[in-house]
Amino acid sequence: MATAVDKTKVPWWVANLIVPLVNLLLALLVSGLFIFIAGENPLQAVRLIIYGSFGYIEGFAYTLYYTTNFVFTGLAFAVAFHCRLFNIGGEGQAYIGGLGVFLVAINLSFLPVPLVWLLATAGAVVFGAAWAYIPAYLQAKRGSHVVITTIMFNFIASSLMVFLLVDVIRDFKQMGPHTVALPKELWFPTFKELAHLFGVKIRYSPLNLSFLIAIAASFFVWFLIWKTKWGYEMRAVGHNTKAAIYAGISPHKNIIIAMLISGGLAGMLGINEILGVHHKIVAGFPAGYGFTGIAVALMGRNHPIGIFPAAFLFGILYQGGSEVTFDMPNITRYMFVAVQGVIILFSGALENLFRPQIESFFVNRINKEKMA
Amino acid sequence: MDNLADIASLLNSTFRISTPLVFAAMAGLFAERSGVIDFGLEGKMLAAAFVAAVGSYFFGSPWMGLLLAILACVSLSMLHGFASVTHKGDQVVSCVAINILMIGLTTALAAAWFGQAGLTPTLTSDQRFLEITLPFADALQDVPIIGLIYSDIISGHYIFVYIAYLSVPIVFWIVFKTSFGLRLRAVGENPSAVDTAGINVFSMRYKALMVNGVLIAFAGAHLSTAVNANFFREMSAGRGYLALAALIFGKWHPKTALIACLLFGFTDALQIRLQGVELPMIGTIPVQLIQAIPYILTVVLLAGFVGKAIAPNAIGQPYIKER
Repeated sequence: MATAVDKTKVPWWVANLIVPLVNLLLALLVSGLFIFIAGENPLQAVRLIIYGSFGYIEGFAYTLYYTTNFVFTGLAFAVAFHCRLFNIGGEGQAYIGGLGVFLVAINLSFLPVPLVWLLATAGAVVFGAAWAYIPAYLQAKRGSHVVITTIMFNFIASSLMVFLLVDVIRDFKQMGPHTVALPKELWFPTFKELAHLFGVKIRYSPLNLSFLIAIAASFFVWFLIWKTKWGYEMRAVGHNTKAAIYAGISPHKNIIIAMLISGGLAGMLGINEILGVHHKIVAGFPAGYGFTGIAVALMGRNHPIGIFPAAFLFGILYQGGSEVTFDMPNITRYMFVAVQGVIILFSGALENLFRPQIESFFVNRINKEKMA
Repeated sequence: MDNLADIASLLNSTFRISTPLVFAAMAGLFAERSGVIDFGLEGKMLAAAFVAAVGSYFFGSPWMGLLLAILACVSLSMLHGFASVTHKGDQVVSCVAINILMIGLTTALAAAWFGQAGLTPTLTSDQRFLEITLPFADALQDVPIIGLIYSDIISGHYIFVYIAYLSVPIVFWIVFKTSFGLRLRAVGENPSAVDTAGINVFSMRYKALMVNGVLIAFAGAHLSTAVNANFFREMSAGRGYLALAALIFGKWHPKTALIACLLFGFTDALQIRLQGVELPMIGTIPVQLIQAIPYILTVVLLAGFVGKAIAPNAIGQPYIKER
């Protein structure tokens, strides 16, 4: 094993760009192996992924629509992670966040449309945050491990939502477990309408206003974590709880704040899915996006600047992946769940696998150049 | 007598349902006592269920399935060790990776090899484990009380059920009465002291993870080659997490963890029984809410209303040897 190099001599682009890219490459190689084991050609799969996500305008819009979801759930995981909390509950918080969006929009539909949008977004945040509150409180006050409690809250959210969708808020005129649709004027404008303004005809696009909100949320998280006292305190608790206590920072308070913001961000997935795409609550709409947020955040090194490209990459994998599942009978969408696991493994748990070697390689090269 | 038979059948299901939880809790106990967090029980259980079902199907013997499941789980435990013990990566992240990887990979491969539904082929009776009728169970059937307890509750389970409950005293003996167990616990409490005493912290943690892999494989094999006759997607249904909660609630002790597992099993057995039943005063509880009871119970238990759990001191921290 190469000896560790002096961290201060490692250029930023080696630590934050080269090493993550090498890890990603390793993850993709292993994923290729899985596709091979499943009996398909990995290179053909790559070709299909690139065509599906970039090859035509509707496909690219789909890629950005998935990106939107992953930005929300990735940011959600990252905010909690800065406080050293593993919020695995993004899935449940997003589900309940969607309930918030729908309840606000359907009950306040008489208000001016932009105001409804604003309030529905607030509803997503409040419901998502509320669902994160109990695990947060139990972690802060009772030391109940947030990983288990948030997982349990995913199961509970799923049961609760199915109950509501079957027995309480279902559109009783229909068979399926979903609610009535929101009035058309409340639907978020989509990329289709934008494209029509420029004379480009598209049949359908799920990409909508939420994409811009996701960009705004990224700026918000960056500002919160690195430019405010709250963010500083959260990071202090996450980095060294004892030192934080010594500095007069309350871990309890910060654990709860971090989880509330995290839950709120996860809840915002509801605006993309409900105001933007389904226009009603459909059973199981978070469809694993909450879990993908974990991979997105870890790959993006928990920084909005990293999370956005990571979310885009997963957007490519999802949209391109659906192209693959369409063309390759042996590949199902679960293959891409496995790919997420591999990415979490290599860019999270095994992120230091080749770091010493890579860093010392570049530091040595730079030193040699200086000598010459 | 009807009520008595009801209770007997409820207890019978309790023992059966608790079995994977007991294996998982004992597996988790080894890892966590050595200072390595194991949220990955869920993913490993799923991997074992898949491999056991596929192995039994191809080799025609459930024992081959079990053996391959053990190999798979030990490999995953070694991967967890490689990431979090050798490379000092984050233990929770490593577990989350294993869980998500296994949710995806098991179903993806099942779909690729056996068709879109993601099910493995149904095992025939010689490809799976069958219920064992204990000696004299039939003869004692009609003896009051004893017959009820022996024939209706204790007899007639899958082999894993007996192994699970036998494993608890064995685990207790290993962890608390042998020098291996002493070292194991010491590594989880104060690794640097153990290192000073000349014991290799890393190899102790790897050994603990190896035992962990073997035990969790039994839980998965129980699900797919005994209780069910195939693997289906996400069939572990959170049991790995429930077992971990039982372990924490049981304060990392085999006996108390067993009690917590039985409590979960009992709740689950009761939950199945309550579905669609009209209760006095309350009426019929919606099935979705009844199904959520074990998960709610987990949160309530973890909230520590029955006393605060104190984890092994060095849990979750990679050991960095001083030079």
